[in-house]
Amino acid sequence: MKHVLNRFTLVLLFITTPAMSALKIEITQGVSSAQPVAIVPFGSGPVVGALPVDIAQVISDDLNRSGRFKVLPRTDLLSRPSSADQVNFRNWQVLGQDNLVIGKVTQAVNGSLNVQFQLFDVYKGEQLTGFSIPARLSNLRAVAHRISDLIYEKLTGQKGAFSTRIAYITSQAGPSGKPEYKIQVADADGFAPKTIVSSTEPLMSPAWSPRGDKLSYVSFEGTRSAIYSQTLSTGAREKLKSFKGINGAPAWSPDGTQLALTLSKDGSADIYVYNVITRSFRRLTKSYAIDTEPAWSPDGRQLIFTSDRGGKPQLYRTSINGGRAARLTFEGDYNARGRYSPDGKSVVMVQRVNRQYKIAMLDLKNGFTRTLTKGHLDESPSFAPNGSMILYSTKDGLKSILAAVSSDGQVHQKFRLQGGEVREPAWSPYKAD
Amino acid sequence: MKIKMYRNLLISVLLATALAGCSMFGDDGAGSGSDSNGASGANTSGVGSVSSFSGHPLDDPSSPLSTKVIYFEFDSSAIASQYESVLAAHGAYLAANPGTSVILEGHADERGTREYNVALSEKRAKSVQNLISLQGANGNQSEVVGFGEEKPASMGHDEQSWQLNRRVEIVYPAH
Repeated sequence: MKHVLNRFTLVLLFITTPAMSALKIEITQGVSSAQPVAIVPFGSGPVVGALPVDIAQVISDDLNRSGRFKVLPRTDLLSRPSSADQVNFRNWQVLGQDNLVIGKVTQAVNGSLNVQFQLFDVYKGEQLTGFSIPARLSNLRAVAHRISDLIYEKLTGQKGAFSTRIAYITSQAGPSGKPEYKIQVADADGFAPKTIVSSTEPLMSPAWSPRGDKLSYVSFEGTRSAIYSQTLSTGAREKLKSFKGINGAPAWSPDGTQLALTLSKDGSADIYVYNVITRSFRRLTKSYAIDTEPAWSPDGRQLIFTSDRGGKPQLYRTSINGGRAARLTFEGDYNARGRYSPDGKSVVMVQRVNRQYKIAMLDLKNGFTRTLTKGHLDESPSFAPNGSMILYSTKDGLKSILAAVSSDGQVHQKFRLQGGEVREPAWSPYKAD
Repeated sequence: MKIKMYRNLLISVLLATALAGCSMFGDDGAGSGSDSNGASGANTSGVGSVSSFSGHPLDDPSSPLSTKVIYFEFDSSAIASQYESVLAAHGAYLAANPGTSVILEGHADERGTREYNVALSEKRAKSVQNLISLQGANGNQSEVVGFGEEKPASMGHDEQSWQLNRRVEIVYPAH
């Protein structure tokens, strides 16, 4: 028959299966005010030998990607110092550099490695910061990202987010021609993507726990949608009690004790709050309209959500204790899926402008809205935990890809992944440690 | 038994289509030449007359029951009047076959946000369910699922594809 109901859902769970292809990031627009910085290839001690990771390159890519820095191309380096006594500051001043990073990898007594780096102010001729970080051959990329975080924080005053991760959904035709949906988790630079769940029925709405150890998501495996929470270190997952109708849009409270979600068990889609400790559900909104896409304020006291109670989808805000919801957006006839900035001062959302869907930022203080992106089907904005960048999905030709924009709208970049569609990015919080 | 049931159903469908001003069957070919376990699968067979049909009533191309996809306007769950007779026919079929169940799968086009589209597509499926249930079918004979924009029927990114993706599919799992 034309349509045989497909209930033979294949769901596979992976713990550490590496995916075949990595994301490739391309900066499509930078800023002229980016700070010039030189990062010299790290030296290595005699017994260390060739390293599997070019640490200076990872740091350069991180800093370039932030849009706040312009890293001196390697071909323009006049010297390659790896210790302070080899540095001639005048040379770096001539090259127009504000800052200089040097470093080296040495063998530690116990056979493991030590990665040392120093950040200098070229004009003052002094060290701004320097660390010696214990490392192994297997975690040199993580160490490089950690160094990027330290440099970024020293030079901008803002915590770096290079050691974080991103989750996203992919879909493409599987071997049998049927679509194959996956959730992948990768480093923030797109490196080392790992598939954590795969299914022949849709997967959507990945949401990080505040400690970054779990990912909740919606899966249509089985006869209806359900919300799962999966522990990333083990791959073990728990299915939340599922109800007739919609089980969607999971969002963790900042303290990790509650999960806001959408259910339609009592009629139309409404916002509920699930208490992880008491395992009880509490209904938060009660309207005949669609209420969905809840997001917590950083202080955990309020929720914003999308509702068409006024006829068209707009953002509303309510106390987590319930009560009357106040409308937040008034510009345009489609404002949906809001997410608070980490400082709680603004909300990023999807806004329809001239029949195109773009990422826009709403300033909660003055109510002013600013369009950040240029696509026509942009969606799913997700803030970096330091608020510097917003990851979202956009169309690149006919394909859905990930892109990022700085929160001031100035720096734009595209993430390319070979193969299928990539969408619904979710930027992880800082690591718990 | 089954044959009689189908005859009764056909009568009600004929009435429904006649009332709605739709085209009618050429002649009543249901049952003739087909065995009595037609509900378990497709069993269309050739017959002498061009206009006759001897398969399962859900597959009769001249019946409103053969329409199993309902299309919608953008961001709307309102049912266009052209589909009212189709849904009346499905409702009557379910009422006449209390052992039959149907799944109403709602879908949305890719524009707009994904979870909102899940809710919108469920709303569409519920609109269909409401019209079907007017014919007296039991409430537990139908179930709705909102897939949002996750399972497009057409992969394009233009109005032509979007039109095809804003839909509710009427799925008879046992058919």
